[in-house]
Amino acid sequence: MGTTMTSPGRAALAAIAVTLALSAGAAGAANGSQPGHQSERFHEEPPILATFQVDRLEHRWRDGENSVDWEAQGWIGGDTDKLRFNSKGSKAVDGKLEKAEFQLLYSRMISEFWDAQAGLRHDLRPEPQTTYGVLGLQGQAPYFLDVTARMFVSEDGDLSARLEAEYDLLITQKLVLQPAVEVNASAQRVANLHVGRGISDVELGLRLRYEFAKEFAPYVGVNWERKLGETANIARGHGEDPSDLAFVAGVRFWF
Amino acid sequence: MHIAPRGLSRRDALKLAGAAGLAGIVTAYPGRRAFAASAPPLDLAVERTRITIDGETSDAIAIGGSIPAPTLRWREGDEVVVRVTNRLDEPTSIHWHGLLIQGVMDGAPGFNGFQPIMPGQTYTYRFKLRQAGTYWYHSHSAAQEQEGMYGAIVIEPADRDPVRADRDYVVLLSDHTPEAPEAVLRKLKVSEGYYNDNKRTLMDFFRDAGRDGLGATLRDRLDWGEMRMDATDLADVTGYRFLVNGKGPGDNWTALFKPGERVRLRIVNGSAMTIFDVRIPGLPMTVVAADGQNVVPVKVDEFRFGVGETYDVIVMPTGDKPFTFFAEPIDRTGFARATIATRQGMEGVIPERRPRAVLTMADMGMAHGGMDHGSMPGMNHGSMAGMDHGKMPGMNHGSMTGGSAAGREQAVGWADAGTPPGARALSYADLKSFSKTRDLRAPAHEIEVRLTGMMSRYIWTLNGEKFDEGAPIRVAYGDRVRIRFVNTTMMAHPMHLHGMFVELENGQTDRMPKKHVVLVPPGQTASVQLTADEPGEWPFHCHLLYHMASGMMTRFIVEPKTASL
Repeated sequence: MGTTMTSPGRAALAAIAVTLALSAGAAGAANGSQPGHQSERFHEEPPILATFQVDRLEHRWRDGENSVDWEAQGWIGGDTDKLRFNSKGSKAVDGKLEKAEFQLLYSRMISEFWDAQAGLRHDLRPEPQTTYGVLGLQGQAPYFLDVTARMFVSEDGDLSARLEAEYDLLITQKLVLQPAVEVNASAQRVANLHVGRGISDVELGLRLRYEFAKEFAPYVGVNWERKLGETANIARGHGEDPSDLAFVAGVRFWF
Repeated sequence: MHIAPRGLSRRDALKLAGAAGLAGIVTAYPGRRAFAASAPPLDLAVERTRITIDGETSDAIAIGGSIPAPTLRWREGDEVVVRVTNRLDEPTSIHWHGLLIQGVMDGAPGFNGFQPIMPGQTYTYRFKLRQAGTYWYHSHSAAQEQEGMYGAIVIEPADRDPVRADRDYVVLLSDHTPEAPEAVLRKLKVSEGYYNDNKRTLMDFFRDAGRDGLGATLRDRLDWGEMRMDATDLADVTGYRFLVNGKGPGDNWTALFKPGERVRLRIVNGSAMTIFDVRIPGLPMTVVAADGQNVVPVKVDEFRFGVGETYDVIVMPTGDKPFTFFAEPIDRTGFARATIATRQGMEGVIPERRPRAVLTMADMGMAHGGMDHGSMPGMNHGSMAGMDHGKMPGMNHGSMTGGSAAGREQAVGWADAGTPPGARALSYADLKSFSKTRDLRAPAHEIEVRLTGMMSRYIWTLNGEKFDEGAPIRVAYGDRVRIRFVNTTMMAHPMHLHGMFVELENGQTDRMPKKHVVLVPPGQTASVQLTADEPGEWPFHCHLLYHMASGMMTRFIVEPKTASL
């Protein structure tokens, strides 16, 4: 178990160190060896842009308690270097916050289609609140698959990983079907978070949205989560169903 | 077009009246002596205004009180003085596109010592006109050109004009968006496909599968998917109104003629982003000049028109009837239209819209790779596959014979303009300089300029480097050099060099046409030669505004022979 191997916060500190190292590298590259010619500053776009995108803000209807779930991201920065923000979570409609995750990452373009990322993740829920160091890759794989792969090291030294992929299938110019998959894995059992070793859960979603504008699209869909292996056993031990099927309706918007 | 300047003072009004007097947009030919050497300095104010296009009003910036800016009619050999006053709250500049000019007067901020004109300041441009022909002027700051800062320049030759015409009109094409240019660029950066409302859908897949077979359609989609490229990416920005002399299709700018007259149209593509296919159904055009430089007359029915280029054509309309001047953007999201008529108020038929092209592997420069073209839906142009375009810059601008798209719902390949059978489209290979090439030396060396970019991030580059990353190109004064453009992208790039003409290697030997913009089709190469006889550091960039703003630019430095490096 992690607690015996690592002092709290070490992983987080390591992640910060990586972030700073990458940032320093970026700054060095930006300043360059040759001073910029003044014509450059008159002819290139303002270097800093920002966007905020709520990919999912949805109501989930299920057999048990209904919930409101979100997934959002944003960034500020230039072509090469960005500061990224990610958040996802879930709140019972009539109850408490179940999951709330926030990430702050430094993101750097490493190829035409891929960004490397490093930073911090903090989960307000589930409790106990946990902070992680994050290393990740985000980009577009061939066949227009949007892919995110991230590795997390908790303050207790627990190692976990998450792979997400989604695809936009245009039925018409405005009607878009989006299949999405998320897989979580853990290198060890983390008892207080009810996670077992191995692949802990798989989530499959299928959402059909209508883009009234590119920036605004309501959708309906279905989302299925299945805890697996040891994690499923832990859930069963707590009297929970390892499988969760929900019908969803929500909205996607961005600025 | 209605211009509603904000806060127009009496002094401004007088200036505007003056400018209008000597530089009307619709100036009949006898006005040629309007601005002679002895003429007083010309004052042009740059100010925010509003433009009304077909009844819709949006923000704009005007030079000299109008959009387009007043046509400047000058005479070769004259020395002109233009005082530009900046009434914006941001820096501005005016670049004289195509003029051979002293570097500091060229008007590109940061180049050759020219500094942007700051708010409230007046800058005095002073230069001698060393050439004749049709050119234009526009802002070279931020994206002000997109907002209306463009106008035509007509320079009468010092000697007799070899082109005879009874009437002479400027036809300035442009694109106007109600969006702020900064917002456009931001959307492109945040979500590159934002403006493409013609992406391939599941419906298209079924249609193509029905026509070409399921296997072929699937292979085609997988080919594009593997590259993460979009076969429908013809233009980056949509939402444009396409204008002729500042007027929308509904406003219908009209040029008058008397039957039997020779009418010269000086057609300028002053768009920020739009490549047009231009035609006047029922009225063949005789191209007499390209980029301001006379060419041996060539009769065509249509031409593809890169951003920044100009073509002078002669038309000879007969009969008491209207003709429609029709310019469709290559992504077919609208059209610019004007009327050539015997009376105001006449309207010609709006011609049938041409089909939109879907790009092919040939547009990715992959035609030589033994690609299986049989696998590409609708790809029935055997003439396209494996053609060696390497030696023929910009050829086949829609001139592909046997490749008619008339009546088809889709054109295939970037170059397919949907030209109907029997019609003739101009190709660069048709351009033959009226005067002989002066410098016949073989190029001392070749400069390869790869046109590159990362489409999905909306980063555009030359040789893989953004403006602030790349090293400048250096040539020695007096050298004859070849520039070889290699377009590795799936978009066409109108490449513009300031300060000097380039001569197109288009198969002509001693009459290579002179150009200031060379439209390099997707996946193709094009070669030009030039004599580096204008010392200075010249902007060299893609004239698609948002490509330039995204990095597709470099400095082209002509170094004095004495400098040791």
